[in-house]
Amino acid sequence: MEHILLRDLDIPDIRNFDVYVANGGYEGLKKAVREHTPEEVIQIVLESNLRGRGGAGFPTGRKWSFIPKDAPIKYVVVNADESEPGTFKDRQILEKNPHQLIEGAMIAAYAIQATAVYIYCRGEFWDLAHALEEEIEAARQANLVGDDVLGSGWNCPVYVHLGAGAYICGEESALLNSLQGLLGQPRVRPPFPAQPGGGLYYAPTVVNNVETLANVPWIILNGAAAYKAIGTPESSGVKIFCLSGHVARPGNYELPFGITFRELIFEHGGGIPNGKKLKAILPSGASGPVLPATGEVLDAPLTYESVAALGSTLGSASFILMDEDTDMVWAAAKMTHFFKHESCGKCTPCREGTYWLERIYRRLLRGEGTMRDLELLKSIPRNMQGGVTLCALGEFAANPVLSTVQHFYAEYEEYVRHAEATREARQAAEQMHDYTLGEAGELPEAVGQGGVR
Amino acid sequence: MLAEKYADRIEKIFSKYPDKRSAIMDLLYLAQEEYGWLSGDALEEVAALVDVDPTQAHSIAGFYTMYSEKPKGKYWFQVCTDLPCALRGADDFYQALCEYLGVEDGGTTEDGLFTVEQVMCLAACDRAPMMQCNFHYHENLDLDKVKALVEQLRQEAAAAQGE
Ligand SMILES: Cc1cc2nc3c(=O)[nH]c(=O)nc-3n(C[C@H](O)[C@H](O)[C@H](O)COP(=O)(O)O)c2cc1C
Ligand code: SF4
Ligand code: FES
Repeated sequence: MEHILLRDLDIPDIRNFDVYVANGGYEGLKKAVREHTPEEVIQIVLESNLRGRGGAGFPTGRKWSFIPKDAPIKYVVVNADESEPGTFKDRQILEKNPHQLIEGAMIAAYAIQATAVYIYCRGEFWDLAHALEEEIEAARQANLVGDDVLGSGWNCPVYVHLGAGAYICGEESALLNSLQGLLGQPRVRPPFPAQPGGGLYYAPTVVNNVETLANVPWIILNGAAAYKAIGTPESSGVKIFCLSGHVARPGNYELPFGITFRELIFEHGGGIPNGKKLKAILPSGASGPVLPATGEVLDAPLTYESVAALGSTLGSASFILMDEDTDMVWAAAKMTHFFKHESCGKCTPCREGTYWLERIYRRLLRGEGTMRDLELLKSIPRNMQGGVTLCALGEFAANPVLSTVQHFYAEYEEYVRHAEATREARQAAEQMHDYTLGEAGELPEAVGQGGVR
Repeated sequence: MLAEKYADRIEKIFSKYPDKRSAIMDLLYLAQEEYGWLSGDALEEVAALVDVDPTQAHSIAGFYTMYSEKPKGKYWFQVCTDLPCALRGADDFYQALCEYLGVEDGGTTEDGLFTVEQVMCLAACDRAPMMQCNFHYHENLDLDKVKALVEQLRQEAAAAQGE
């Protein structure tokens, strides 16, 4: 089947405006503007069952329908902050097939009659963002973006905004603050972005992920039913799966929902290198719980529902694969370090929780962990979950800890056993030493204990 | 001063937004490009351009990893050592790079040319080990490739000095 999103794999030069247009590009936007009312466009997207690809899986048409029609100013903001460890799908669209994103964003903008579109690119996408501006200009010259789009009388410029390196700015309300020149911290909700007071410059705003919007031109051109026919009834359409870590062919794979973990990892990804066995899978980057690579997991279909039923989340479908030699305590420590670094510090459970978790992991990895530390690893994350934080980062940060403790507890115990054995051996050695010193009468015992080390 | 030297660019940045304040991130980049880093004076200058208090410019500069409030080497290597890259050898790669350059984690070489730093995922995990050098990506790296890059940059820097 030809790709719907990663069309660069079928048509290498599709990033060029002329090539995109020669291959049916912008026909979706033309059809939307010339043949459909904004309400009809929302209805089509609703019926297609397209759900957000940024992680939360919220129905896209529903999100658009929340925008009040009578609001004088409205925005579409494209979330191109892509910073979840293991995620690099939006980047391929932006780099290799940028017009499809521009077209999708313009159709969304038409559907809500937006005043402007802002594409928030993570700052590290520096080169890509500057190239994207040139492509937007090409679309503007062809009257597909900007003033009087396709002669419809509707004006809608598209701008690129660069972030500067902060994972939290991928969270939609933090993103809006960052775009407004405020500190990139999440907002208290409600109001949600679609509501007055909640969006960009406090106007009703649709925030959508790059991949989500890239689906839209195809849906408008081919109809909701055609899109819904792909995948499964609950998880419709195609998804880009990112494969990274211990896998023979890392990269992006666009596939229909409903294929199994096994097909994705072994058929498409080429399996695990060096003849190793697969041990663990993170299906949604660092944010979702880890799954052990059991037969049950490998045979499960990749849909939002079935991954949730396994106890994890499909999220943005960033698969980080770990082979049998991977130290899961080390892996959890890496992810904890990530969340500690990226916590914006606004809520106490997240700020303090990630701080203490990281300290415990350092202790464990240094070979100084105790059973008490393991108890803390079970209890601290509990205090970060259950909606006690302003955004989901606090909950994300608990996942790698709780899920590795759940599935790989023996590895934690091994660290502590080793640490205890080392402590005992050291104490024995110190006692010997103290004993010798004591005999010589040089040092009192108490001083010796602290000082010898 | 940025306002005179880059009047056109600044105008273009302001024209993107209904509120001046949104321009602060682009202007911080501009100041960093001009001065090499964001000193207190540079932050004040940017703050004045967008009509905010300098302390707010400070807090924004401190919030993001791509702004530097300290002088950096001419070439700023930001190596990703996040989990997916680390599973493909990024930690060892980073250590070897530090040793090759003779610097500690986060340090700058004595000649002031190279600063090395570890960063979080840069959305290039399928091409690990990888890093960013002055905001440009270098992917599928190994020590030999990065040595060649360092050599090339040294020559570029020497040539620039000779001019
Ligand atoms: C901490 C955090 C980080 C996020 N990072 C991203 C991101 O990098 N890209 C993205 O599209 N969504 C990200 N999201 C989800 C957004 O908040 C939002 O749900 C999404 O952009 C909505 O678009 P969609 O409905 O098209 O998925 C993040 C959420 C949280 C809580
Ligand atoms: S949960 Fe963490 S990242 Fe989110 S707002 Fe609170 S402190 Fe900031
Ligand atoms: S983990 Fe290094 S680029 Fe993603």
